[in-house]
Amino acid sequence: MEEIYAKFVSQKISKTRWRPVPSGSLQTAETFATGSWDNEENYVSLWSIGDFGNLDSDGGFEGDHQLLCDIRHHGDVMDLQFFDQERIVAASSTGSVTVFLHHPNNQTLSVNQQWTAAHYHTGPGSPSYSSAPCTGIVCSNPEIVTVGEDGRINFFRADHKEALRTIDNADSSTLHAVTFLRTPEILTVNSIGQLKIWDFRQQGNEPSQILSLTGDRVPLHCVDRHPNQQHVVATGGQDGMLSIWDVRQGTMPVSLLKAHEAEMWEVHFHPSNPDHLFTCSEDGSLWHWDASTDVPEKSSLFHQGGRTSTFLSHSISNQANVHQSLISSWLSTDPAKDRIEITSLLPNKTLSVNSLDVLGPCLVCGTDAEAIYVTRQLFS
Amino acid sequence: MEELDAEPTVTLIPGVNSKKKQMCFDWGPSEMLVCETSFNKKAKSEKVPSCPFIHFIRKDEDVYSQILRKLFNESHGIFVGLQRIEEELTGKSRKAQLVRVSKNYRSVIRACMEEMHQIAIAKDPAGGRQLNSQISILSAIELIWNLCEILFIEVAPAGSLLLHLLDWIRLHVCEADSLLADVLGSENPSKHESFWNLVTILVLQGRLDEARQMLSKEADANPASAGMCRLLGDLMRTMPILSPGNTQTLTELELKWQHWHEECERHLQDGTFIANPQLECLCKIMLGDEAALLEQKELLSNWYHFLVTRLLYSNPTVKPIDLHYYAQSSLDLFMGGESGPEPLNNILMAAFEFDIHQVIKECSIALSNWWFVAHLTDLLDHCRLLQSHNLYFGSNMREFLLLEYASGLFAHHSMWQLAVDYFDSCPELGRVSLELHIERIPLNTEQKALKVLRICEQRQMTEQVRSICKILAMKAVRNNRLGSALSWSIRAKDAAFATLVSDRFLMDYCDRGCFSDLDLIDNLGPAMMLSDRLTFLGKYREFHRVYGEKRFADAASLLLSLMTSQIAPRSFWMTLLTDALPLLEQKQVIFSAEQTYELMRCLEDLTSERPVRGEPDAQLFQDDDIETTKVEMLRLALARNLARAIIREGSLEGS
Repeated sequence: MEEIYAKFVSQKISKTRWRPVPSGSLQTAETFATGSWDNEENYVSLWSIGDFGNLDSDGGFEGDHQLLCDIRHHGDVMDLQFFDQERIVAASSTGSVTVFLHHPNNQTLSVNQQWTAAHYHTGPGSPSYSSAPCTGIVCSNPEIVTVGEDGRINFFRADHKEALRTIDNADSSTLHAVTFLRTPEILTVNSIGQLKIWDFRQQGNEPSQILSLTGDRVPLHCVDRHPNQQHVVATGGQDGMLSIWDVRQGTMPVSLLKAHEAEMWEVHFHPSNPDHLFTCSEDGSLWHWDASTDVPEKSSLFHQGGRTSTFLSHSISNQANVHQSLISSWLSTDPAKDRIEITSLLPNKTLSVNSLDVLGPCLVCGTDAEAIYVTRQLFS
Repeated sequence: MEELDAEPTVTLIPGVNSKKKQMCFDWGPSEMLVCETSFNKKAKSEKVPSCPFIHFIRKDEDVYSQILRKLFNESHGIFVGLQRIEEELTGKSRKAQLVRVSKNYRSVIRACMEEMHQIAIAKDPAGGRQLNSQISILSAIELIWNLCEILFIEVAPAGSLLLHLLDWIRLHVCEADSLLADVLGSENPSKHESFWNLVTILVLQGRLDEARQMLSKEADANPASAGMCRLLGDLMRTMPILSPGNTQTLTELELKWQHWHEECERHLQDGTFIANPQLECLCKIMLGDEAALLEQKELLSNWYHFLVTRLLYSNPTVKPIDLHYYAQSSLDLFMGGESGPEPLNNILMAAFEFDIHQVIKECSIALSNWWFVAHLTDLLDHCRLLQSHNLYFGSNMREFLLLEYASGLFAHHSMWQLAVDYFDSCPELGRVSLELHIERIPLNTEQKALKVLRICEQRQMTEQVRSICKILAMKAVRNNRLGSALSWSIRAKDAAFATLVSDRFLMDYCDRGCFSDLDLIDNLGPAMMLSDRLTFLGKYREFHRVYGEKRFADAASLLLSLMTSQIAPRSFWMTLLTDALPLLEQKQVIFSAEQTYELMRCLEDLTSERPVRGEPDAQLFQDDDIETTKVEMLRLALARNLARAIIREGSLEGS
């Protein structure tokens, strides 16, 4: 992990996201997007990492990332997601949701589509609107789901001007993040420590399920779903705790792991190697959680198996937790804590690490110290 | 009041004729507001609103430079690291670490200069000029910093002091390298027009090995002077220098050097190089001949280069204590007595005199930002060089400068996070300053608010935590987000506000007959104890839930306890009693006789208070009408329930 490159960029970075590589291609990640916050002028920017074409060169500017293009963004960038190869969806603190289009030919970004005032407050007894920050986005082509401080959930479809569906007052507190669970179901986390599952097939404005941390109502700031096992969910809270949930059973987390000293801003399972998990925090640290140790033969089967029929039959027939450790190293109880290996990826911590993203062997993160860190040898 | 160190600069406000009009101003933390007033001595003479603007005047403009932002951010990391350096570390390891920190700072400055260079080349002349002036300021900063590092941090002793100074010169007079590349790149180096200039520069900088190589090229190309070149080359090779690994003592070195010096002098007197004026000139330089050195003014380019070269060839084992004497005479010689009050000269001279305070003072006056003085002073303070100095205002100088710098950062739209750590490192006034600044950060999103809150909570700034939470709670109330408002007041442990929000919830309930934000109220947990009203809200909602689950007995005792324990506000008792009605009307007996007595007492307490109220009017009569009916119904129901309860309890006891 020595090969980590830092670049100071003169703007506080709120979000970093890798551009997805076309499925089936052997390409590695080479472009990422960033959003800034708390500047007088905020930007959505696209960056390219180093060597333009020559992979085997070892020296020079290999790890340095170069700015490809950027575009003004009205308000803080609260969340950022790639919709597809060319389109980026950005959530704004002004309550609008914007789709930016990247033109690779002349390296520019343009506004492709915008829903202004997707999130707003209504004053008491008056029809006056004031905008509310949009805090989270999740995309699954062609759908875009957004959540905000107004406790509202919007369901958009690219190329449709109006929201397909809106759940007003979905939450009495602030919704901090959203992710897809299974296709018509989404999962939200809020500022009073609850996970809510919403099923878009159901009418009405009630969640289909509520899970919550006990007692302390610690706000949850981020959520990610296991890429292969859709019932396994990780969340990060204000106290820096990492919680692992099994949404099929119980209303409480399966395990609570003491992690950072301050707000955990993001948590991500590695998309193709989900025994690895990454978290970043307000305390300025970035951690790599490795749950694959000790069970090498099982996990190798798991990796090769992927979503083949053998694996599926396993997961169905063994749901009575006979082979639970095989199914997910994250769900097994106490002994798992000893098996998880944690490495800190950043050398010295100062200001908040606001965002991170992993793709293949590459990781990118952005901080309030106005630096972007990139490493391309995660598993070396 | 001390007298002014320098004349204050005059800033002209565009559009305001200061001769005719008066201006008013107001101080901000690092900004000033200025506008024209309509005040006029000769009243109503002319009422021409000439300048309708309010102007912001900023003192510290550099904070707004995009490239310098990188300097601020990167040096912040170094600064925080420096504060963590173990106090226990002493002696060599501590010094080594401090030198490393100093070098880190300098490398950040250099990186910034590099980037500015690149941008300046790409930019139009106008923008480039501005950048170039910034570059020259940065390079002066680096020059001063490097000298301070040698003199104050490294504290180089005689001997190695000169080696450091040579490195300093080589680093900052860098024309030599480009010239070297230029000459070596040409087809015939020794015929290059600047060949002798280059050799002279190399000798002036003490780069004798390279100079020797150049001379051998000349010897190859020009057999006539080959012998002389070789001879001078030998002199260069044999010049004794202190090498870091060598164990020889200073006296040994001085002795050797004396020998070598005499040999050079002999050659000059013998006229060995008389046939070649260039070589003779070089030899004179190597003898430290002042006149010969001053002839090379163009190549030396500044007096401190002259100083170092002069020391190299006349007193290589100069002691730190003697440095200022040589510096002063070099300045006078080089400038020919016409040394203007150039700030850089003053600063360097103060450094050579080991007057740290003068260095910092001069820098503060000359430079347009606080970054340099604040960081340098802090570093020197960590070297324990500033302890004795106290100002007649504020606390000590280090703290004063850090506070100035941090306040400047806070004035910037986005660099307030950096400032926090600077305030933290000011033991005396840092905390109060932070308290005053942090409350004034505009909070446009909850995420930003959370970051500010985290800063406050880590420092146990309870007052600020409360005020921030209150702001957010108020905002939420205004936006009709009662759930959020309640969450914020719980976080702030603000009982009064929690009561207020709970009342809003109860009002909403009375209006609409159902609760909003159940997800929050059902999950209050221990937070419910924050205020009586909130406890009541939670318990009352619990009553509804229990009632909904048809656990009537539990619901009944809960309802009663709400009234008897005085948690429920009096104004709400009527609603509670009305809620008891359906329980009283159930087929089975739910309230026991004793409980019914309690309920009756509550009802009587409530009705006996009634007449005390003020003047009745029509509206009230109507309300009273409904109230009386309600009371009548309640009395009836209670009486019937009491009868049933007595019968039931009597028969149960009997059987």
